[in-house]
Amino acid sequence: MSLQNQKRGRRKMTDVRGLSCPQPVLMMMKVMQSHEDSYEVLSDQIVSVENIKRYAAREGYSADVREENGEFYMTLTKCVG
Amino acid sequence: MLSDLKKRKWMLFGVGGMVGILSALLSFAGNPTNMGMCIACFIRDSVGALKMHNAAGTCYIRPEIIGIVLGSFAISLLKKEFAPKGGSSTITRFVIAFFMMFGCLMALGCPFRMVLRMAGGDVNAMLAIIGFVAGIGVGVIFLKKGYSLGRSYRQSKAEGCVLPVIMCILLILAIIDLFYDILATTAFGEGPGGMHAPLLVSLIVGLLIGCIAQRSRMCMAGAFRDLMLFRDGSLLRILLGVLAGALVCNLILQGLVSTEILNDAASRSFFRLGMADQSIAHTNVFWNIVGMFPVGMASVLLGGCPLRQLVLAGEGNTDSVACIGGLALGAAFAHNFLLASSAAGPTDAGKIAVCISIVVIAFIGIANTKKE
Repeated sequence: MSLQNQKRGRRKMTDVRGLSCPQPVLMMMKVMQSHEDSYEVLSDQIVSVENIKRYAAREGYSADVREENGEFYMTLTKCVG
Repeated sequence: MLSDLKKRKWMLFGVGGMVGILSALLSFAGNPTNMGMCIACFIRDSVGALKMHNAAGTCYIRPEIIGIVLGSFAISLLKKEFAPKGGSSTITRFVIAFFMMFGCLMALGCPFRMVLRMAGGDVNAMLAIIGFVAGIGVGVIFLKKGYSLGRSYRQSKAEGCVLPVIMCILLILAIIDLFYDILATTAFGEGPGGMHAPLLVSLIVGLLIGCIAQRSRMCMAGAFRDLMLFRDGSLLRILLGVLAGALVCNLILQGLVSTEILNDAASRSFFRLGMADQSIAHTNVFWNIVGMFPVGMASVLLGGCPLRQLVLAGEGNTDSVACIGGLALGAAFAHNFLLASSAAGPTDAGKIAVCISIVVIAFIGIANTKKE
């Protein structure tokens, strides 16, 4: 697998499961300092999903959330323009 | 987009306003003035009713506490947000909450009551908030340095239902007590515990506030914490809403009572600006401020103020249940060893206890901060 594929196929997932407020957002703040085009987040609390979503929106990212067995997979994507 | 954002801001303010009005109305319905709702005092009263301390006038099972937990429990079940979990340094949380109670009882109230007191014109509370915000500031520094109590993990539904079941049993006890006085609470007529709204009113308002607080994630400490950390004023808007709602409600009640349109048997005052003669308060500025300092710090280290802990406990967070246990034990301890203040002012033992609280909570903060 080429390096580029690896980058495209396996983005690093930030695991914020079980962390109490406001640590999930703090964690994302740190991670998002790298200013990449997209990030993946795994959470088990709707509250952290909402908080991260709000933070990401202010940083110019849109969020896509899907739920599976009480866990939330979030994809943050940089909005163009 | 912008109008959506504006709408949300007003909605948060309105949500807080509703809770503020409900709390102020509880005072009118019989709770002490400026104390329509207080998580610390009401846990203290409930613990007293169960004879874990015998401080005169502070013994009554407060249906508001039961209501908040059950309200949050019911709405989280309905919204599929009931998710039992725990195991994030449970014992440490218990200890933080235990020491937090000493601060609450020094300044005579939890952060939520502090806001209600401000809405009643109590200048002591307006000064105490300095200590609270300073404590939150220190907590935020810990967070920025990498403080964490670790992750929580999923637990069984049964584990998450323990506190709601306990609350149901307490409710049954309270109802039986109403008719047969099995807890002998009527013997304690004098004092804040003797002043209370009718059981059903307290319970319904508690349930409503529990539902609203669960949906809005309201938290008195989170209000300042999020502002400091993220420049996010969402929770602060709710706090300001509570303040405004309670203030307007108090002013209207005061107006109606003083013009004798409304007849208040005890001719209580619902709004009085000043420091002296406030309801269940003392005027020691220094210790009001110092007392709220560990409360602010502890609220940040725990991830929420006492009200938020009740709501989280209703959602199945057993770490928060441990917090409530810590608060309850702290309250019993504080009254058995005369650490709690009264209208006469703080006690010497209480001052020492608050100093110890600050040291212990700060130590826990340092011990759980990992350098990355």
